[in-house]
Amino acid sequence: MNQNKEKSGTGEKKRDTYRTRFAALAKSFLKIGAFTFGGGYAMIPLISREMVEKHGWLTDKEMLDIFAVAECTPGVIAVNCATFVGYKVAGYTGATLATICVVFPAFVIISTISLFVHAFKNLEWVAYAFSGIRVGIIILLFMALLKFVKHIDKNIFSILLIAAAFLLSAFTTINTIWLLMGAIVLGIFINLYKVCRCKRGGK
Amino acid sequence: MYVLLDLFVTFFEIGLFTIGGGYAMIPLIQQEVVAKGWINMMDMMDFIAIAESTPGPFAVNIATFSGMFTSGLAGAVAATVGVVMPSFIIILLIARKSANIFANSYVRSALCTIRPVIVGLITVVIFRFAKLGFVTANTTRFPIEIRAAVTLFLLGVIWFVQKRRGKKFSPVMVVLASAGLGIILYGIIPRLFA
Repeated sequence: MNQNKEKSGTGEKKRDTYRTRFAALAKSFLKIGAFTFGGGYAMIPLISREMVEKHGWLTDKEMLDIFAVAECTPGVIAVNCATFVGYKVAGYTGATLATICVVFPAFVIISTISLFVHAFKNLEWVAYAFSGIRVGIIILLFMALLKFVKHIDKNIFSILLIAAAFLLSAFTTINTIWLLMGAIVLGIFINLYKVCRCKRGGK
Repeated sequence: MYVLLDLFVTFFEIGLFTIGGGYAMIPLIQQEVVAKGWINMMDMMDFIAIAESTPGPFAVNIATFSGMFTSGLAGAVAATVGVVMPSFIIILLIARKSANIFANSYVRSALCTIRPVIVGLITVVIFRFAKLGFVTANTTRFPIEIRAAVTLFLLGVIWFVQKRRGKKFSPVMVVLASAGLGIILYGIIPRLFA
């Protein structure tokens, strides 16, 4: 609508400024937030369809780079993608807008559900379903685990790290955050002294 | 007020130390949120299922849930903003420089060591969840919950069959299938033999 107004006003073909992009960016990310199940990875094809194919704001190559960064930086993958894409498409305001829009549908849906969930779970047959689901969760976690394992260098060092993390987390009360920080520090030391080469680090 | 600040800070921490998506967050949530008594382990398992079967980023769903349970809508806002903030700040810092962060060998080697640690941590969570689902307190003869074992076995079979057919066993399908099996094994079958 804004675009039509500007079209008739200025007589230009189709003005593509940051301002005209805001509404489309918001609409795209609301849609992405409302219709993707299963988090960041499921969003990737949708984001690239909206941004690359529909609007042509980003190229395929840029999109791939954004996803690579989103996966490997700290934080929620979906939010990482939204912030990055929003920034590339329409600066800081774009980044803020895309981030709010990708989170908003989930926020509304979950706050509504959480009002009813306890009453719902107390229904007899729903409780049976949840007994099954608690087993299903184990499968879900296992699938997530396999995904992580795929991205690990297959060497003795990784196996030692897995074992160390497992033992420390299972049998001591060390804070998980310290374990993760320890891993980062170790990574830095390894690089300083070139103990081993990391092949898959960037993937 | 203190609770809101605590929620914000806790989820900010969780957001900051999550690398590689929602599931990497679960060991942290288990430690921080469950330990603080905001939610219990059972609730957390149910949340994961609900988060997987509703749209939106998994991590955001969990944060909203925990916040809502702890102190209503204000809590939900505090937790959600907290979990989103680290992503937002870090990505803007990276995007502004628009340098390829993987050219940095330190970033690469840190990723190299952090992923195995996450695998180790998730494995521990799997064992803790399994203990809740499988080990029964009230049976004197046999400590394993047979219905849970059967559910796990059948889910494994479905997964295998889907894989053979070249199809994915998506998280939503896992939740639906396990809910169905739960209704059959915990609800219908005991009634038939009662």
